[in-house]
Amino acid sequence: MKKSKLQKKSIAGQLILTALAILWIIPLIYLVIQSFRGEPGAWSPTFFPQEWTLDNYKRLFLETNFPSWYLNTFIIALVSCLITTVFVLAVSYVFSRMKFRARKPLMNVMLILGMFPGFMSMSAVYFLLKILLPNNYQSMASLIIVYSAGAALSYYIAKGFFDTVPKSLDEAARIDGASRARIFWKIILPLSKSIIIYTILISFIAPWCDFIFVSFIMSGVPDTSKYTVALGMYRWLERESIQQYFTTFCAAAVIVATPITLLFMWLQKYYVEGITGGAVKG
Amino acid sequence: MKIKKVIKGDAITKLSCIIMGLGHIFRGQKVRGIIYFLFEVFFGIYIAVFGGRYLAMFFQNFFTGGNVGFTQTYISSEWNAELGEYTKVPGDNSFHVVLYGILTLFVIFFFAVVWWRSIKESAELEEMKIIGKRVNLFRDDVRNYLDGQFHTTLLSLPMLGLFLFTVVPLVTMIMIAFTNYDANHEVPERLFQWVGFQNFTDMLSGNSSLGKTFWRVLAWTLGWAVLATFTNYFGGMLLAVFINKKGIRFKRGYRTLFVATIAVPQFVSLMIISKMLDTGGGMLGSGGGIITQFVERIFNYHMQFGLDITTTRIWIIIANMWIGIPYSMLLCSGILMNIPSDLYESARIDGASPARQFRKITLPYMLFVTGPYLITQFIGNINNFNIIFLLSGGGPGDNIKYTNGAKGTDLLITWLYKLSLGADRNYKLASVIGILVFVISAVFSLVVYNKSSAVQGEGNFQ
Repeated sequence: MKKSKLQKKSIAGQLILTALAILWIIPLIYLVIQSFRGEPGAWSPTFFPQEWTLDNYKRLFLETNFPSWYLNTFIIALVSCLITTVFVLAVSYVFSRMKFRARKPLMNVMLILGMFPGFMSMSAVYFLLKILLPNNYQSMASLIIVYSAGAALSYYIAKGFFDTVPKSLDEAARIDGASRARIFWKIILPLSKSIIIYTILISFIAPWCDFIFVSFIMSGVPDTSKYTVALGMYRWLERESIQQYFTTFCAAAVIVATPITLLFMWLQKYYVEGITGGAVKG
Repeated sequence: MKIKKVIKGDAITKLSCIIMGLGHIFRGQKVRGIIYFLFEVFFGIYIAVFGGRYLAMFFQNFFTGGNVGFTQTYISSEWNAELGEYTKVPGDNSFHVVLYGILTLFVIFFFAVVWWRSIKESAELEEMKIIGKRVNLFRDDVRNYLDGQFHTTLLSLPMLGLFLFTVVPLVTMIMIAFTNYDANHEVPERLFQWVGFQNFTDMLSGNSSLGKTFWRVLAWTLGWAVLATFTNYFGGMLLAVFINKKGIRFKRGYRTLFVATIAVPQFVSLMIISKMLDTGGGMLGSGGGIITQFVERIFNYHMQFGLDITTTRIWIIIANMWIGIPYSMLLCSGILMNIPSDLYESARIDGASPARQFRKITLPYMLFVTGPYLITQFIGNINNFNIIFLLSGGGPGDNIKYTNGAKGTDLLITWLYKLSLGADRNYKLASVIGILVFVISAVFSLVVYNKSSAVQGEGNFQ
């Protein structure tokens, strides 16, 4: 009798979970389905289209600037993820392993800097970029700078990881006469695969998802081919263009989200390690 | 002690205070000495032709209030020989004055640090020469930067990036909060003025329309942050407990499915949800997003997302649960597995119901472990730009209760965005809001940090 009660309970749990899962997946399924919708316009009265088509995808690649947005975002993501990863690893290693006078004050200053909304300084960054790159301050180079220059501030998670690598390894190597640079390259980095992958993953995905910074840097740029995917696609859903572009937006969203989602699912393990470690240590 | 050495030192050491690097050059550290000397020369040129002028403009009215910059733009005229007529000359750009003024202050500070270091070294070199100790060559210095001074090497580029593109812009924008830089004082056409704490008193006073708007936006920002943090946290924890329960099948499948929703870029999922909720025309039968149409067909009621403040706020919280619950589920799953299972076992033997087990074991353990995560999430939600901007754009809101570009679902951060860009540009207010957001974040972090480390000791849980 007890067993059947347990079974009933787990069936109820199963049903609730399935209902939740459906609730969660509906927007995504809707997005995919709408990308195959043949009828034009923003609103369709039915969940499933009356006419299925691939035209939205054709149009996306042949008639819009989407391919160049995609390429722009890819290049920006690649370069800024490279710089960010190097910066984050360097800073977190230093704060985890080296003892020097400025260490504590630096960490405190960086903690304080991190509490200001990152977006607040954008007006001044914009002016600075205008001064440094007078001819193309609204360019990929600017965006790369914006995404990676402040990378040092997000050192916490990687530092937390380095703290868990036993110090005795360093000491043994130092006794053998290895320099600090050598220890970093030959001992610490090879042990840090998971945190390196985590940092790369996070910093590669960021430019694909960012809207706020790119909309600021690219404000008033008439040539839409310089946009990234987030900004370009946002413009499609503005009041003036949504009737024309809604289904194209859905197709573009599928093309953008699929590789990012697969990448994320593939490296999920490292992501969980990163956020769990970060959350527990604070 | 170090100063004494300099005072007692010989002429070369003393001269090094004025001509940086002199002592190094005379005592066998030629390359290092030359680098110091060139640094001083560059610094001198920078101040003479550039920094000094901006510093003067920065400080001339800093304490008394008044113009930022010397000459008003396009007021005076100059004879232009080429055109054969008088043309108006561009004057100073107030924003550049603030920016370069701050930059110059930092450069001077940096120079002072290097200068102090150079004279210290110079005195030490003299001492070493007297004792007859071997002096480090440039080669040794380079090697040292890969070993003893390796932190300097590793930090140099990240810190340079941080300094140029975070610190200088941030301090500049903080200074803007003390000026009247807005659409009526747009650079380079006009100069703006230092106004002291005027903007802060305007913003915080409860009487002006600006102040009233601010307090309304602040109340919603805090209310939103509390609601969003708690719904996501507990929702995620419950979901994780559910999935991890004994007897549930396809655990991996469910988890993968929920994780997939995190992996989709937020701007995609938020915008599609926003369009699913769109009202179309706002009236019955005017179409709109799929959810709106669905609700209308079943309940014969047209949803008011984006038209009515409360409705919009509720939907924002719901959409945020869609976004955030899988995320905290993922986090909680990992931690849940670490709870010692014998705790549950003994609870079961004692006859505790699952609800009681959750209240007495799971919840305290989770709260203890994820306390810092909660505060990060809370601050993250105060600054959650994407969800508001992409879902509702901050709207709706009337022009009486809300002024200066803010609307009913705007957070401080989206208001800041609107004030820095677009039709409602008002840089001074944007900066004031930025500073206030900082103050809020800092206060919450401090309070919680003290609570979690001092009051909530590890012993309490066990």
